[in-house]
Amino acid sequence: MTMISLDAVSKWYGTFKVLDACTTAIERGEVVVICGPSGSGKSTLIKCINALEPFQQGTIRVDGVSVGDPNTDLARLRARVGMVFQHFELFPHLSVLDNLNLAQVRVLGRSRDAASERSLALLQRVGLRDQATKFPAQLSGGQQQRVAIARALSMDPIAMLFDEPTSALDPEMIVEVLDVMSTLAQEGMTMLCVTHEMGFARRVANRVIFMDHGAIVEDVTKDAFFDDPTARSVRAQTFLSKILQH
Amino acid sequence: MNGLDLEVITRALPWLAQGLQYTVQLTCVAALGGIALGTILALARLSSHPVVAGVAAGYVNLMRSVPLLLVIFWFYFLVPLGLQWVTGAGSPPRVGAERSAYVTFILFEAAYFCEIVRAGIVSVGAGQQSAARALGLDRIQVLVHVILPQAFRNMLPVLLTQAIILFQDVSLVSLLNVTDFVGAAGKIAQRDGRVVEMYLFVALVYLVLCSAASALVRRWQRTHSIGRHPETAR
Ligand SMILES: Nc1ncnc2c1ncn2[C@@H]1O[C@H](COP(=O)(O)OP(=O)(O)OP(=O)(O)O)[C@@H](O)[C@H]1O
Ligand SMILES: [Mg+2]
Repeated sequence: MTMISLDAVSKWYGTFKVLDACTTAIERGEVVVICGPSGSGKSTLIKCINALEPFQQGTIRVDGVSVGDPNTDLARLRARVGMVFQHFELFPHLSVLDNLNLAQVRVLGRSRDAASERSLALLQRVGLRDQATKFPAQLSGGQQQRVAIARALSMDPIAMLFDEPTSALDPEMIVEVLDVMSTLAQEGMTMLCVTHEMGFARRVANRVIFMDHGAIVEDVTKDAFFDDPTARSVRAQTFLSKILQH
Repeated sequence: MNGLDLEVITRALPWLAQGLQYTVQLTCVAALGGIALGTILALARLSSHPVVAGVAAGYVNLMRSVPLLLVIFWFYFLVPLGLQWVTGAGSPPRVGAERSAYVTFILFEAAYFCEIVRAGIVSVGAGQQSAARALGLDRIQVLVHVILPQAFRNMLPVLLTQAIILFQDVSLVSLLNVTDFVGAAGKIAQRDGRVVEMYLFVALVYLVLCSAASALVRRWQRTHSIGRHPETAR
């Protein structure tokens, strides 16, 4: 069953074409990694999926709901799709627990107690239950990002979008975040991850999408992407050899 | 009349206290009302609707270009006329400068608070807005629960500075013969011929109150800065 589908999606900033007829589909439970050079439109693409950015052409469907349809309740749609940002974006004025509770209470209408119970269970899952009363600024970057993942999960999302979740982190903290993401993938979460962590892609992804100049240049299985050099475009090969050097 | 007669102050204390009470009351009402209206104006100025943004910007620029004293005189005459128009009464009701001053200061201060609140809202990173919307919060919820609490925290020192200026500006109403703190002191000073004592005393009270308010906010900032972090405070 298709969870997220994009059909010839194009987007312009003024006259600049950021997305160029992007087409792909993500099945339920599938893990897809998006990579590509800076400015190629990766962030823009996933922001279109939960309607944080509008697009001008094409169709995006999430669990059958058309994102571009003016009649779609976008807040409701966003509530069902979790998103994790490069810079965590925890709410600094709220405790860790309240970061997780806020949308559960305000959007899902859960009671504060029910929300807290769910939040604490999720914090337990990311190994941070004992940090619930702290404020984001008191946590390390890796801890903050795990809280951000727990916050997204607190809405019981049908899919998760990640935008370079580890690229603002020190190396020793990257692992703890990738571990949480791997577990999530094993549990069957549908995931779309913009990341340059090729080790993670190799271990966890089903498919890899390579973007360049706003277009999806490659959309192949993980094995084809990593093990079959002939299957890759020159552009993707150059890109891969660059990031694998590090 | 040689030397300072401090007793004139003690004798006038109840009268002065009444004036001070009015000054404080007017300051608080104008600050709260001004911040509320200023927030609405700030949101209007940030609106993507050009007419809404334009009207708000025009209002703010007008209020900020006209001297406060002139605005006080204007509203002294306009508020009764406005009330007459609203209520449809035959003649303008007698409002009195004491009460029209509330309207004047709220409307005037709103223009200044608008600019402070607008800067405060802009100081909250765009990522916070994205994160809040991504969780399914609607526009108003994003504002109320995520943007404004952080904005107000960031702008608290400037808000307080503005409130202190307001506290001092309120004394201009004494020119309409209103018995605010300065007005009360002025009346005693004239009656008893004790200008030096009265105005020294008034200055001293202003100094103490304003310093205390500043100190209070500095302490509040220290204890509430815990949620800030260099990385998220970009
Ligand atoms: N609000 C905007 N207005 C105009 N151009 C924009 C805007 N946001 C992004 N762009 C441009 O769109 C292009 C794609 O941006 P995007 O952030 O999606 O790239 P990316 O692949 O995520 O890059 P990175 O790896 O640096 O995060 C870039 O060239 C960028 O400059
Ligand atoms: Mg990006």
